[in-house]
Amino acid sequence: MSYFSDIYNGVKTLLTGMSVTGKYFLHSRKGAITQQYPDNRDTLKMFDRFRGEVVMPHDENNEHRCTGCQKCELACPNGTIEIIWDRQVDPETGKKKKMIDQHIYHLGMCTMCGLCIEACPTDAIKWAQNFENSVYDRAYLTRVLNKPGSKLMPGVED
Amino acid sequence: MNITKNIHEWLFSLMPETTASIVEMALIAVVYLGIFAVAGLYLVLLERRVAAWFQLRLGPNRVGWQGLLQTMADALKLVSKELTGTFKADKFLYNLAPYFVIVTALMAMSLFPFTKELHAFDINIGIFFLIAISSIGVIGILLAGWSSNNKFALIGAMRSGVQTISYELSVGLSLLTIVLMTGSLQLSQIVEVQKHGWLIVQGHIPALIAFCIYMIAGTAETNRAPFDLVEAESELGAGFHTEYSGMKFAYFFLAEFINMFIIASIATTVFFGAYLSPFGITESIPLLGVFWFLGKTLLLIFLMMWFRWTFPRLRIDQLLVLEWKYLLPLNLMNLLLMALMVLLGLTIQF
Repeated sequence: MSYFSDIYNGVKTLLTGMSVTGKYFLHSRKGAITQQYPDNRDTLKMFDRFRGEVVMPHDENNEHRCTGCQKCELACPNGTIEIIWDRQVDPETGKKKKMIDQHIYHLGMCTMCGLCIEACPTDAIKWAQNFENSVYDRAYLTRVLNKPGSKLMPGVED
Repeated sequence: MNITKNIHEWLFSLMPETTASIVEMALIAVVYLGIFAVAGLYLVLLERRVAAWFQLRLGPNRVGWQGLLQTMADALKLVSKELTGTFKADKFLYNLAPYFVIVTALMAMSLFPFTKELHAFDINIGIFFLIAISSIGVIGILLAGWSSNNKFALIGAMRSGVQTISYELSVGLSLLTIVLMTGSLQLSQIVEVQKHGWLIVQGHIPALIAFCIYMIAGTAETNRAPFDLVEAESELGAGFHTEYSGMKFAYFFLAEFINMFIIASIATTVFFGAYLSPFGITESIPLLGVFWFLGKTLLLIFLMMWFRWTFPRLRIDQLLVLEWKYLLPLNLMNLLLMALMVLLGLTIQF
């Protein structure tokens, strides 16, 4: 007779569900995922995979890894990245070589798709985890990613 | 209690007997109204915090300490809002409906024995009266849905009718199972019987089944999830109170929470010994009865909130199958079992 086994299974599954939510209830004090944002502004760290904005990391010698290959510029679906480059004489080898002057990133046009970061062959750009990106003037959203006076890290092109 | 006795004597010395008793009733009504309106607000807050904890959130915690003034602020906002209505709505019924719901909810509150003395209205058909009152509330819901001139409201109200009429049976029968043991419908008598052990212990297996059925049917009576297809947000907007705003909406909202308190209170009174402490540990201090009563009630309210945040909403056909094919036959069998037990003297008494 399936009538009584239906009741038994019904009660059993309901209790299973309640035990799951009950566990959540008991752990809610420690495990709450809500951030009380303006209060913990100083300590709040976003998780690693959060896409805040594209940045170009520089090391302590003010060197970056961007060779100016423009693959990111080509990969970008909406023209967020502009690279201004020219050919200069490399002081070490004495040959003419492509070097970036400015790596311009328009945050206002970026959809955070991440195609530029995937396209970069030298891992020169990556995601930052900052999230307070609002500004009062649109002009502030245009950023130059390489710092003034920076140069290519030796050994990246090899 | 002494204070009430003093007020009683003072009133009767001041004016003729009939006026005095009317004034006394009005006073008690005002006190109950005040207390339970505020209690309803805090139940809303409790629901919101508990819901948040179930979902690993924090819930409202900004207004006052731990958000204690949140619902007060909400009520203040609702009072100040415009009362809107639909074109071609039946104005008289439309305005009447919220009062039906809230008045019946508050009326039922007067019956509960919070302590032996703190018992406003000890009528000899107590449980019967409670069931009757709680089914008047549904008329308010039907009126609201019918008079709103809105199809969602109408569907919600009709579902409410179907649901309440069906589950009324189960509530009544499960309480009747317990009444077999007490032999009285009067709430003070029922508590008196429980001095030899709470009825859920006295009646063991059938009482436990009756309690489970009562909680399911009671949750359905208050139109709460998983039986909230009366106001199913995803399909009906807000169901029967779609067209209500401001304080009239607040009445429906408050009534829902007071009804939840009533269902939990009935269960406390009938199954868990009302104001009696477990094993009689604080029988010497009668005032602590309020603490025990509210404690047990809040525990049952928490159980209902637990249901709400665990189970998905039932479809209307599933709702009816649950009542007519499962709860009702089980309830009748249970009633028979309990009758046999009482006849054979198989109840446990201390």
